[in-house]
Amino acid sequence: MNFSRFFAVVKARNIEFFRDRSSLGWNLIFPILMLVGLSFIFSGDGRAVYKVGVLNLGQSQSTFLETKYLSFIDYQETALAKVKLEQHSIDLLVDFNTQQYWVNQGSPNSYLVEKIFLNSHESYQRIETQGKKIRYVDWVLPGILGMNMMFSCLFGVGYVIVRYRKNAVLKRLKATPLSALEFVSAQLVSRLFIVMFLSSVVYIGCNLFFDFYMLGSYFDLFVIAILGAFSLITLGLLVASRSKSEELIGGLLNLSSWPMMLLSGVWFSLEGAPNAVKVFADFLPLTHLVAGARKIITEGATLADISYHLSILVAMSAVFLALGAYLFSWNTER
Amino acid sequence: MQEVIRVENLTKSYKDIIAVDNINFAIQKGHCFGLLGPNGAGKTTTIEIMEGIIKATKGEVFYYGKPIDESMSQQIGIQFQHTALQDFLTVKETLNLFTSFYQHTVPHDELIELCDLSEFLDRDNRLLSGGQRQRLLLALALINDPDIVFLDEPTTGLDPQARRNFWQLIKNIKARDKTVVLTTHYMDEAQQLCDDVLIMDHGQVIARGTPRQLLNQHFDEVFIYLPAAQVPSELCQKNHWQVNEQQVEITTTDVEATITLLLKEQISLTGLHVKSPNLDDLFLKLTGHSLRD
Repeated sequence: MNFSRFFAVVKARNIEFFRDRSSLGWNLIFPILMLVGLSFIFSGDGRAVYKVGVLNLGQSQSTFLETKYLSFIDYQETALAKVKLEQHSIDLLVDFNTQQYWVNQGSPNSYLVEKIFLNSHESYQRIETQGKKIRYVDWVLPGILGMNMMFSCLFGVGYVIVRYRKNAVLKRLKATPLSALEFVSAQLVSRLFIVMFLSSVVYIGCNLFFDFYMLGSYFDLFVIAILGAFSLITLGLLVASRSKSEELIGGLLNLSSWPMMLLSGVWFSLEGAPNAVKVFADFLPLTHLVAGARKIITEGATLADISYHLSILVAMSAVFLALGAYLFSWNTER
Repeated sequence: MQEVIRVENLTKSYKDIIAVDNINFAIQKGHCFGLLGPNGAGKTTTIEIMEGIIKATKGEVFYYGKPIDESMSQQIGIQFQHTALQDFLTVKETLNLFTSFYQHTVPHDELIELCDLSEFLDRDNRLLSGGQRQRLLLALALINDPDIVFLDEPTTGLDPQARRNFWQLIKNIKARDKTVVLTTHYMDEAQQLCDDVLIMDHGQVIARGTPRQLLNQHFDEVFIYLPAAQVPSELCQKNHWQVNEQQVEITTTDVEATITLLLKEQISLTGLHVKSPNLDDLFLKLTGHSLRD
């Protein structure tokens, strides 16, 4: 590994990115627009079904439990269920035994479900969740930043490498002493720097206006973000390891990104989703990035608390990187 | 003279297509070696195997007597036929990037002067004209002060003035005792620049030697051209003269006798011109089709 060559490629790629105003602008403006939009259009998450937590669901009986378009999730521990309500994972919590229910004052969905609930259980004791209220924008923040990081990592690495391969930039570089390891590492580090820099700018900038909820440590958030970005970049490298076709790579990158956008908890919690969906989501790096970041932000989790997500991200990065490096081809044959 | 590159029994196949078919040749130090042939003849495949960019199906390439390996990239310079440069980088930044790849490099001032880059050093790569781009690509090929410079159709697509300017750059490189390997389908380019040429068609070598040797070997006649309107068609038929595009082409080994015959037949010599055969004619003679087909 020659570090002079490595840093020269990192620098060249960074210059290329930051001078491409349209791409830079999009990477900055897209997540900000999403956050601003969601903060104003509060129910813009597209959920068709509201989620109601029920303590001891198996022993509960009520006509409310037959209401259409509501899903009911069983909880055995009140404390855990209240945390889920505070985190917007569920919209209402009911204990039919003690005739109590809890609402999240910061959640419009909670407000709506409460109206439905009161039609049949007007006499139940109303309790509001305690502590600093988590707004939907606080809950959705890690998802939006994570999603933006995902697109930037997958397309910023995958598409660029295939474009380089197609228009023979890779062929020109192969004709120099630059090794595949130096080239691939430089792309990885360059994109990591770009993604972390832009995400930090977006977070800090938006925080001035939104005053985001933050119970955990910024250092821990940075660690999970950098690890998540790393795993997504290595996935991009793997997807782009051989292809010369921009059409094919576009399809492959969409195939990789859409399941993550839908199933990694960006827009809505997977609480109450079928087990098969949860298992599938566990194989997606964005799931662990968003879940880890969300736990730090909304629960004040430490790195030890999210060690499961961290280790999965490390393992995924190692597998993607090893496979990507093994399969990587300059592909100079015509 | 020292042998720099030797190509032995080189073959390259793509599925059922044989792009290069068992060719052999050697290149001497300090020579400008021309690989000539029409599009699809196998020139680029041959040169890219010599550069170590693609692998041969069979055969070997030796560089100073040793099989080519990765270490060769420090000692050769390459200008590909089709290559893009990184967008948004200026010419100066591109030179800096490529300088970082090599252990030994030519000072930038020298390179800028040699390739005439000073006017557009701070220009974005995307905004370069065809000639400027080729000059930058040549500078990148020379950045590590290579022993051998491979130039794959470097003047294709350039206007006549830019082509001639580029020829001068190649002559300057030759003057520095570099070995130049050039592919082209412009015969005037090969005649201007090459000490030694190898003509390929359908992946095979069909002629080899210096341009003068090849022409002397295959031609002892010259061509005389006259406007067709001045020469009666019966006379053309009788003497087997070709009528092409409003011109009569007379192939002769004795110019004086042919002129005497034309005067005797009271043919006006207005518009007459005499042309010696060139490599284009040689290729036509050897293959039956033109180099630019």
